[in-house]
Amino acid sequence: MSALDSAPAEIMGMPRGRAVALTRWAIIVGAALALELYGRLFADPSFFQPLSAIARAWVNPIMSDERIVGALGMAVFEIALAYGLSIVVGAAIGMAIGGSNFARASFLPIVLLLYAIPQVSLMPLFVLVFGLGAASKIAFGFSHGVFPVIVNVVAGMRNTNPLHLRAMRSMGGTRADELRHVVFPNMVPSFFVGLRLAMTMTMLGVILAELYVSTGGIGYFTRVYAENYNPAPLFALIGSLAIIAVAFNSLVRVAERRLMPGRRPTARLNLSGARTK
Amino acid sequence: MKSDVVAQRTIQLAFLAIAGGAWWFATSSGAISRLFLPAPDAVYAALSRLVGTNQFWNAVQITLATIAKAYGLAIVAGVLAGYLVTRSRFWMEVFEPIIAGLFTIPITLFFPMFILFFGIGPGSKVAYGATYAFFPIALNTIAGLAGADEKYLRAARSMGASRFDVFRHVLLPSAFPVLLTGLRVGFFICFASVLGGEALASIAGVGRNIALAAELMESARMYAWITFVVLTAVSLNLLVTSIENRVAKAEGMSR
Repeated sequence: MSALDSAPAEIMGMPRGRAVALTRWAIIVGAALALELYGRLFADPSFFQPLSAIARAWVNPIMSDERIVGALGMAVFEIALAYGLSIVVGAAIGMAIGGSNFARASFLPIVLLLYAIPQVSLMPLFVLVFGLGAASKIAFGFSHGVFPVIVNVVAGMRNTNPLHLRAMRSMGGTRADELRHVVFPNMVPSFFVGLRLAMTMTMLGVILAELYVSTGGIGYFTRVYAENYNPAPLFALIGSLAIIAVAFNSLVRVAERRLMPGRRPTARLNLSGARTK
Repeated sequence: MKSDVVAQRTIQLAFLAIAGGAWWFATSSGAISRLFLPAPDAVYAALSRLVGTNQFWNAVQITLATIAKAYGLAIVAGVLAGYLVTRSRFWMEVFEPIIAGLFTIPITLFFPMFILFFGIGPGSKVAYGATYAFFPIALNTIAGLAGADEKYLRAARSMGASRFDVFRHVLLPSAFPVLLTGLRVGFFICFASVLGGEALASIAGVGRNIALAAELMESARMYAWITFVVLTAVSLNLLVTSIENRVAKAEGMSR
């Protein structure tokens, strides 16, 4: 029984789900209208522009400039590659560490220690070592994404019910059977928590590095627009990246729903990863 | 069991020793250019030189003040927003997905806008760090307050508790563990985003100094700064974890 359960089933003659969704959209549309009005009536045009001007700037110059479209495509590629690497390497390391109690107790503290390092402080180092191109951004995104995968895979393998394991063994299951039929299925929810977190972190890493390296790519254009007080294309460029981010997140969510039907994990709020038992 | 723990500690120490040894060996044998990885003693020398300078303490002071302001703002705004949103189930259902959805977009994207609005000084870093830390704090406040038991609320109200009494004696204690997670996550996000913001665009602070040392190719000084940040973050993390463990233990006992 939660504090908020005493709510009516209908609001103004609508089912409450629909009323909630309607209000939510009304707030979003209202906020967009307020920004438009603010941009038209009050704002200094060198700092803010109405949404309609931003939309025009999105068509031209953002989408009509080959270099910008190329830079956006490059960012998508970097995120995808860094994410793929994070999953593969993270799952491998996670399974190696989570495979036995001994390995977990030995190596998990080291992983958590590395995870606790604020990686932004290493950003200049990544650029120094990997150069100004895509490699440093992919490496930086990977270094952000791999830790949540490791930690959640380890946590997921630990989640196995010992009773199930004992049953498996007493019925003559091999170690491979154990992994295939007990450990992996139990690991899936926690694994997806890691995948979702890894997506957020990978994007953070790639975008941080993109903005830091201002000699080319997205960082160059954001810097040019910001320094020339030209907010409409700046907002349009940021908006395109936000759309890319939302698309990547939805992709993960769709995959989750496909592979884990009927289970809606609630651990969305747990961002530390390390805290998941 | 006991020998296991000894073996695990040995492995952990061996790992650190091997990492340190590899660092020393790679630099002294000349396998890696000193530009990328200076020798450990060079970094140590740079760090001890750095700690003696005014420049160091100025930068640390600016960054700490920025983090404190940003985190303070984020706590006030996050807890207040979480409290207001959970006053009715309806508004919580309306707003929670909006806040959670916004948080899945990397806020770093909007960093150029912070620079545009708040300038290149500490103000933009305060706003950026506060915005980033606001989300985990608000989301965890919502989760914590929404989990409070209806029976206790009704009991408190029927015994004549005021709004503030209910908040102070029912809502806050029951939301506290979840809220604490939010504050912890928020702090480290705030810490990292202020440093990142300083490295991206600023004129002062620790993050700026790391980026500056990298731009000037003064590797030893860059590593000295990084070492300082990493040590600070790791010790803060250990401190917070031990506080949390103590709180958890105290709670376990009172139950």
